Amino acid sequence: MEWETVIGLEIHAQLLTKSKIFSAASTAFGAAPNTQACLVDLGYPGVLPVLNKEAVRMAVKFGLAIGAQIATRSVFARKNYFYPDLPKGYQISQYELPVVSKGSVEIELEDGGRRRIGITRAHLEEDAGKSLHEGFEGISGIDLNRAGTPLLEIVSEPDMRSAKEAVAYMKKIHSLVRYLEICDGNLQEGSFRCDANVSVRRQGEQKFGTRAELKNINSFHFVEKAILYEVQRQIDVIESGGKVVQETRLYDSKKNETRSMRSKEEANDYRYFPDPDLLPLEITESFVAEVRKTLPELPDGKKQRFMRAYGLSAYDAALLTASRELADYYETLVQAVGGEAKLCANWVMGELSAALNQNNKEVTQSPVTAAMLAELLKRILDNTISGKIAKEVFEALWAGEGGADAVIENKGLKQITDSSAIGKIIDEIMAANPRQLSDYRAGKDKLFAFFVGQVMKATQGKANPQQVNELLLRKLKS
Amino acid sequence: MHTKTLTQLARDLKARKLSSEELTRAYLARIERFNPELNAFITVLQEQALTTARAADACIGKGDAGPLTGLPIAHKDIFCTRGVKTSCGSKMLDNFVAPYDATIVERLRQNGMVLLGKTNMDEFAMGSSNETSFYGPVKNPWDPTRVPGGSSGGSAAAVAARLAPAATGTDTGGSIRQPAALTGLTGIKPTYGRVSRYGMIAFASSLDQAGVITCTAEDAALLLGAMAGFDPRDSTSVDRPVPDYTAELEHPLKGLRIGLPKEFFDRGLDGRVGEAVYAALTVYKKLGAEVRDISLPNFWLSVPTYYVVAPAECSSNLSRFDGVRFGHRCENPVDLMDLYTRSRGEGFGAEVKRRIMTGTYVLSAGYYDAYYLKAQKTRTLIRQDFIAAFENVDVIMGPATPTPAFGLGEKTEDPITMYLNDIYANGVNLAGLPGISIPMGFVDKLPVGLQIIGNYFDEARLLSAAHQYQRETDWHTRIPKGFE
Repeated sequence: MEWETVIGLEIHAQLLTKSKIFSAASTAFGAAPNTQACLVDLGYPGVLPVLNKEAVRMAVKFGLAIGAQIATRSVFARKNYFYPDLPKGYQISQYELPVVSKGSVEIELEDGGRRRIGITRAHLEEDAGKSLHEGFEGISGIDLNRAGTPLLEIVSEPDMRSAKEAVAYMKKIHSLVRYLEICDGNLQEGSFRCDANVSVRRQGEQKFGTRAELKNINSFHFVEKAILYEVQRQIDVIESGGKVVQETRLYDSKKNETRSMRSKEEANDYRYFPDPDLLPLEITESFVAEVRKTLPELPDGKKQRFMRAYGLSAYDAALLTASRELADYYETLVQAVGGEAKLCANWVMGELSAALNQNNKEVTQSPVTAAMLAELLKRILDNTISGKIAKEVFEALWAGEGGADAVIENKGLKQITDSSAIGKIIDEIMAANPRQLSDYRAGKDKLFAFFVGQVMKATQGKANPQQVNELLLRKLKS
Repeated sequence: MHTKTLTQLARDLKARKLSSEELTRAYLARIERFNPELNAFITVLQEQALTTARAADACIGKGDAGPLTGLPIAHKDIFCTRGVKTSCGSKMLDNFVAPYDATIVERLRQNGMVLLGKTNMDEFAMGSSNETSFYGPVKNPWDPTRVPGGSSGGSAAAVAARLAPAATGTDTGGSIRQPAALTGLTGIKPTYGRVSRYGMIAFASSLDQAGVITCTAEDAALLLGAMAGFDPRDSTSVDRPVPDYTAELEHPLKGLRIGLPKEFFDRGLDGRVGEAVYAALTVYKKLGAEVRDISLPNFWLSVPTYYVVAPAECSSNLSRFDGVRFGHRCENPVDLMDLYTRSRGEGFGAEVKRRIMTGTYVLSAGYYDAYYLKAQKTRTLIRQDFIAAFENVDVIMGPATPTPAFGLGEKTEDPITMYLNDIYANGVNLAGLPGISIPMGFVDKLPVGLQIIGNYFDEARLLSAAHQYQRETDWHTRIPKGFE
């Protein structure tokens, strides 16, 4: 029996506003508990919410980036439930009339094809605080710093058909919100979170299967693993004659399993109704036009331009435009070098990316700036150093040992391009290896590499490889 | 001096005929003497009031006093007042000291007014008799066996007994106008959005509006001008200039078109109250107004609509009282559910619980459409009736309440008859219109009120109509026996 997986994602992106969505308190992460919660965030008697226009601007920006409809009138509702980290006893969210609806993004499939993933809606809401259970004896701690932080909840259509597609979609949205500078995309700090609705059905069936909602999947890796686990679990349930029940399941990354949190019957009745403290949100055409002007070049457009302008392959262009910062780095580099787009691409995707990964750094935190790397690449291009030596210089740059020229100078890595000097070394090597010389001259061509290696060894790799080749050929043959 | 109006006292202060301290001491003395029997105040701010009064006197001495500087006032205990217990008439907030000032408290403070204390009220403003207060019922100064009305019953009783020259109130479904009517005072509920709701503990956010209870319309004009106006902290407050209400008081009434809704004169109305309305109308006709019969065909829907909308909003507004961050917390909760259920069970009184239950029910899945959504539709019908009526008339007049003040305990067992006491008031809140109640005579030696309803932001017209009536009549000058 062939099974088909159906997945929809709900992504919560914390918006990068300076203050909260309905109060003037700061949204900065990591402050001491309850130091960034004002009376509005604390839900004190008599306080009222006032909408942060910046959050609206960001939501509209996202809507425009996914080709969605921007509602001229949307409504904030109250989602009522009791929890200690929800100060008012309700969360202000958009319910029936969201600010953004009917958009889409395209993802690339493993087979190179593309799929359009529909985005049902994106709405504004406030985040709750945090309940802290560790480190307390017999009580729970409540930190309301996060309460009131603006969130954009991005709800996809059930358009994904595999865990890999779900990850590709999540990465796409992740890249997009960072391009738009509306979310820092930090999964560890929880500023980019994801829930997955997963169901299975038999191939060819029209009706969706019963879905489970997976919570607590806070990395790209876990999204894939959680979905894979859940899909298999649902298939096992059905194949052993059971029925999948609609429920919310928690993903446990340590055990790599999902387990039931609450069933549909246990689900809260949230008693949504329009929040009478807030007027309907009205967005004018001129506001939308103003926001449209601030839209940056988006990943897909940038990728196309990189292919066109720099002659890069689709693969390279996609890698280099995966984040706005990396793309900016690349373009700065090309400009500083004055062309050589392919060489630049190879270095950014090669040495630089490897070093970043190894040291767990973002490109913006790279100790080797684009200008520094450009200086290095220029020395390859003008034959001051070879590509191989350049890697050594890069390591020194990364370690903070100064600029490329200084490193080359201090370490004496300058390439030997003096023909007579190289010729003299070759002569000495020929004299010191008479047997290899006669074997070569007798027709053992493979020994050419031996002589190259000897010259490089003698010059500590600094001899210009092309000159070494030419001179060796000439001298060995004569 | 306590028999003078706020406006007269303002003149005396300005003329230095008396000092704010003298005035404040006089009212504090009256509070000390009469409050034990009336129970109008929950908190009396003796020292704070005298300190403010002395500062006001200094201000007056230097000649930089405003029109309200040094005048005493009492706030309904629903307005957050920095450093002062703000109980909202509930055990839930008996221990709550507000860390900030409500916008209107702040504005009147900045105007130099002297806060005498915080007045008693129905718990969370839910009630029409002041009998749901955790602090006990308030007595009506006109007859201590009767209620002063509610929920701003403490404010009304305090002003009626001249324990304060004026007091603030809030009106969600009649809570300013009804007690003003039952105690022989002037009470105005402005247009929804005219006065900031920031710092006013919410009952039903789409209906709540702050206003004042005073002896005269002139006094109300003086105070409202200082309270009204846009507040960036309240998204529902309206950014629109505030007229000089005092300057508008003498605006001639000639040609004023008064609408008389036939639905206001139905079975529920005590005939003697109806007669008082007709008598008041003859005064208006003498002033050059004309009276037209009008109809508000959906008026009968206002009480049922109100009792869906208001509880729905209150059920959500009162969720924050959970024993976690402030207010009453039960002893030794064993778990979270226990903390919630006992804190709320112990902290809230019966009427509040009734409304939370009702509100939760009407918002629940499966009932939302039949109740909440339907109520939104009937609310629109009620509003449209008023809008249509105002195409042909300038103001609408009628009784403020169907009867004079009823006896303490008379209606506590039957919430429906209690709710019907606000039958003429509820619709005005649902429509968001301004309304004023002014004394128009006596029935059984108890005052009864004339309600004047205006078009949106037409407070100036209401106040001038009320003021000119008060120049022709003396109902508003009567003081209950024993408090003269």
